[in-house]
Order: sequence, then structure tokens, then C-alpha cells
Amino acid sequence: MAGKTLYDKLWEAHLVRQNEDGSSLIYIDRQILHEVTSPQAFEGLRLAGRKPWRIDANLATPDHNVPTTARSGGVDEIVDPVSRIQVKTLDSNCDDFGIVEFKMNDTRQGIVHVVGPEQGMTLPGSTVVCGDSHTSTHGAFGALAHGIGTSEVEHVLATQCLIAKKMKNMLVRVDGELGAGVTAKDVVLHIIGVIGTAGGTGCAIEFGGSAIRSLSVEGRMTICNMAIEAGARVGLVAVDEKTIEYFRGRAFAPQGELFEQAAAAWKSLVSDADAKFDRVVEIRAEDIKPQVTWGTSPEMVVAVDGSVPNPEKESDAVKADGIRRALKYMGLSADQKITDIQLDRVFIGSCTNSRIEDLRAAAEVVKGRKVAATLKQALVVPGSGLVKAQAEAEGLDKIFIEAGMEWREPGCSMCLAMNPDKLGPGEHCASTSNRNFEGRQGFGGRTHLVSPAMAAAAAVVGHFVDVRELMAQ
Amino acid sequence: MKKFTLHTGIAAPLDRANVDTDMIIPKQFLKSIKRAGFGPNLFDELRYLDEGQPDQDCSGRPLNTEFVLNQPRYAGASVLLARENFGCGSSREHAPWALDDYGFRVIIAPSFADIFYNNCFKNGLLPIVLNEAQVDQLFKEVEANQGYQLTVDLERQVVISPSGDEFAFEVDAFRKHCLLNGLDDIGLTLQYAEDIKAYETRRRQEAPWLFDAIHN
Repeated sequence: MAGKTLYDKLWEAHLVRQNEDGSSLIYIDRQILHEVTSPQAFEGLRLAGRKPWRIDANLATPDHNVPTTARSGGVDEIVDPVSRIQVKTLDSNCDDFGIVEFKMNDTRQGIVHVVGPEQGMTLPGSTVVCGDSHTSTHGAFGALAHGIGTSEVEHVLATQCLIAKKMKNMLVRVDGELGAGVTAKDVVLHIIGVIGTAGGTGCAIEFGGSAIRSLSVEGRMTICNMAIEAGARVGLVAVDEKTIEYFRGRAFAPQGELFEQAAAAWKSLVSDADAKFDRVVEIRAEDIKPQVTWGTSPEMVVAVDGSVPNPEKESDAVKADGIRRALKYMGLSADQKITDIQLDRVFIGSCTNSRIEDLRAAAEVVKGRKVAATLKQALVVPGSGLVKAQAEAEGLDKIFIEAGMEWREPGCSMCLAMNPDKLGPGEHCASTSNRNFEGRQGFGGRTHLVSPAMAAAAAVVGHFVDVRELMAQ
Repeated sequence: MKKFTLHTGIAAPLDRANVDTDMIIPKQFLKSIKRAGFGPNLFDELRYLDEGQPDQDCSGRPLNTEFVLNQPRYAGASVLLARENFGCGSSREHAPWALDDYGFRVIIAPSFADIFYNNCFKNGLLPIVLNEAQVDQLFKEVEANQGYQLTVDLERQVVISPSGDEFAFEVDAFRKHCLLNGLDDIGLTLQYAEDIKAYETRRRQEAPWLFDAIHN
């Protein structure tokens, strides 16, 4: 009998029952709640007279709507009335049901996918869900984690289970050594460029190979975060010593003897050597250069030394049409060099790239340099209050401010522009977020996805530049 | 949940691949704490020429007359024809809520993004996968024939064109059962409460650190 994949093991460990019709009930260990996708779920519970199955499996924090400017006035001073109601609704729902919530001005507040692991809420071998597609992030720790809709948020609150169907197993193996200046973000953008935005549909993607093993856990989070941009709800990385050490001493992680017991169990959270994957994609780390997206889908990506594609050279009619439409929206011309794209704003933040290592990488680039005069704004938004405090302890905030960047309070911010941080029509933004869809960062806004180092380099020169060249100067 | 058994309605062709959930319902409308009322903002940035705001009366906004749903021949459409990877992006259930609120009951495409696909079934909306050649044929027929209607028979799992052509489709047995009977998932799962409790008892022994951990 063939061995098991990590996904097979996680699935089997959480299987509550299998029905004759092929559907299964799987147990959910952890649910994270935020203000946008939970109000209707709580309302549904109330209407049906149901109670949460297990209060202690849930953690909440507002992130999508919160302002990132000074907010000592509290929730009552959120300017946008609709946002204010949504944040207040989360607060009152959590208070009513007794769910632990890190409210807006708690130092532990932040982006759900930064906060969960940071608090040891996410643990290796657990199942984690949230009404947010970037829940795939938590798979970096060998947890089975994926986004769900609001009906399922309600279902998990009421039953601690999900009705699910087993996904296919896909392995993306990145072997070799990443070059200097090439980061986890470049790896995942490159992977999406190779397999496409539907390349992982129906699959749980395990990211393996020596290049993935050599990444820090934060880098692995960046990779798993964008599994959904390759169509896969689930991204996974096998557990190793780095994973285990990450959780030592975290607030909700086991402590003392129980930690050692857990750590021993977590060591088995790897795919067996003879495990069978339905699909395997192999990528050479040496082939990956710093990446920049030029279009309106994350698969519309090229290396920084490349050019915008020409639809005339595309043989597939639907694809050629997609390229034309994207060029028009983005205000770019066919064959234009990536380094010729002028920028209006830079955004460093989001659940993809707002952790301490991301901020260090960006600070290293801008240290002693100034933001280009042509830029309207360069925002740095830490992923949580704790990341912010750590960055300030290291003096990173001063480096950003001296360079002419804005240092903000934690939240999702300009990644999806539900708060006041947004692009104006036609503005180009170098963004460390995860989606470059039309209008994502603001009506008519033009997003280019890049790594924190590449965003910082772009901020300095005002257009895209290979960060490796800038740092060599 | 609303039942779905047999449906006949006008088909509208949305001819672009990778239609994402930001396109289906832009983020500013996600601030609502209700499930209903998203229909006027479905495809907001494609449908109108200005930037939409939550709680705005959309009746006086400038329309993008080129957008398919603004063409009079597709008024009242309830079957959406789409291209590959429809519904990619975020997990927002506001996307199927908006499609449903507008009046769509069926979406036909060569492929769907996983989370969106799943969310549709929770809202009485039927996503149907047909192969590319079949979808191409339907696109050609709908564009050539004003008032073109499609019938979807969930019990028999077929899409029926006006000329009587039948296109068989697959649907998960459990989801089909729930749609046909308008069943509430939570009620169904709670029938297995004893299984869930038994699992918890066993799991508590194996992985005690996963219990009683999150508290103030």
C-alpha cells in the first residue's frame, strides 16, 4: 500500500464520519472570525436559536475595515459609518457569545492570518477555518486550513464540523538554492505564473523541495497564503524543527510537558516517502528571479527584467482577449518593459507580507535612501500590534519614516481597500498583497504584486527596478 | 434554503475568463451585515460607469450600455453563461448572495473556483460545469437568438436548449439531495451530534492541546 501524503494524514485525523453519498463530516479545531464574513453567521445562529458548539475553538479580531491611522478614539471614531457598524457588530457578537476577541485597540489585534499563528492558536496538525480565502496561510505549519463562506462559518459555529469532500493531492517541489534578493513571494508568484490561477483547483497543494525547506516559517506562510491564487483552497508545508520551535512559548500553544508531547506528535506531519500525489510540478529555484505582475490576475506575472506580453503573439483566443483587456485596464502597452512602469503609490503590508521579516527586508532596502519625489504615498502597515511593537523595538519604524514612508496601525488596509487606504482611478501601485484584480485596491486602481524588497526598491526609484541591482549600487 | 428542482429562464452570456469575486461584488458592499440587497450592485464596476457606494440608490446611476446585463434583450436573465475559473478569488458569500438577489438561479461555465462553487449550493444557486465545446455552443446560440432560454432539470441532471439538445452534467449526490429538498446543512449535521461528541472524546486523548486552549 502506498504511503500517505500530509494532507491524507490531516484528513483522516479529522474525519468524524463518512456518509454513503460520498460526503464527509470533518472536525474543525480552530475558527478565526473577522468583521466582514461573520455578522450573517451570528444572525443565522440567533434566528435558529442555536448556540456555538465550542466557544474555546474560536478567536476573533477585526482587520478588514479598521483604519490604520491613529485610532486612540476607539471604534466610535471610525469615520465610515458602515465600517463602524461592522466592527461594532463583531464586538457585540463576541461579547454576547463569550468568544475571545482582540478588539481594535488591543495590542494583539491584527490581520487574522498573522494573529492566529502568532498566538499559537493555529497549531501543527490542527484544522483551521476562517471566512477568508487566505486561510490557506496556516498550512505553512502543517495545519489543514482553508477559507469558507459565511454559511459555513455558521455551520462550524453550530456544529464544530464542516461537510466536506476530500481534495486531490498536488505537490509543487522547488529544489535548489534561491538567489540573493529572491524571496518567498517571488517563488509563489513564479509558481502561479507556471501553473495558472486555476492550476490547483480541487487540490490541496503541498509545497516541498529543498528551497521550501530552507525558507523560514514566515516565508512558508507567504507561499501558502497565495495557494488560493493558484486555485487551491489548501496550501501545506511539512512540519520540521523550525515549525515546532516557532510555537514554543506562544500564548495558546501547549506549554511545558504538554508541548513536548505535542511536538513528538507533530513530527509525523510529513508526507511519507512513498506517498502518491495526483499531480507533481517541479520547479528549479535557480530559474526564479524577482517577479512583478503586469495584469489583472496573479498569473499575469513576469520577471522584473521582462516585458509586458503582446496579445498578437498569443494563439489562444480567450487568453489573447484577456491580455488585451488587462492591458487596457492597466494602461500598459504590449512589449513595454517592466522597469518602465511608473508608480504612484507603494503598499507594504497584507496577510501575504506584513510580518517582521517582511518589514526587515523592506527596511534594509530603504535604509539611508529616500522615497522618489514622484510617488504620492508609500505605506507600511504591520500585520499585527505585536509585529508593530517588534518593528519599533528594532527601529524599523524610524527607517521607514526617515525614508519618507508612512508607518501605520495594523490591519488589511490597502490590500482590499475596505478602509480609507485606497488607490485612485488609474494609479499604479507596487503592492506586497495577493490580488491584482480590477478595482481590488480602489476603483480603477492598478495593482502590481511584488515582494517587500521589490516594493521598497520601487519606492526609492519611482518605477520598478531589480532590487539586486539597486542594492549593488 | 430555497429548493431547486426545474428551472427555465433567459440566458445571458458573460464572455470573459477568470471572473473574480471582486468583480462580482466589489469590496465596499461587503460592509453590509445583511444577506439580502446585493443585487443592484452585482458586477457593479462593469455595470455602471461611476464608482458605487453602499446604501446608494442605483436607479439614477450612469449605466455601461456595453455590459451584457444592461442590454434589453437580456433583461430578466436567470441563467448566466460564463467562462473558465468563474468566481475565483475571495471566499465572500456576498458573491452568490448578489447573483441570487439579482435573480440568477443557474451559472454554467467550463470551471469554477472551489470556494465560490461550494458557496452557491448553500444558497440555492446551481453552478453547472459543461465542457468547453458545449459552453462555446451555448454562447453562440444565445448570441444568435434573442429571448434564448435554457431549461435546467436537476433531478435528471441535464441542461436543455430551445432546440431540444440535452447536455448532461455532474453534481455531487449530497448537494443534489439538499438542493432538491431545500435542506438546511446545519440541521442535517446536528443529526450526527453523537458522532461528533464521540470524535471529541477520542481526540481529547490523542491531542489534548487542541482543547480548552483559547480563553481570556
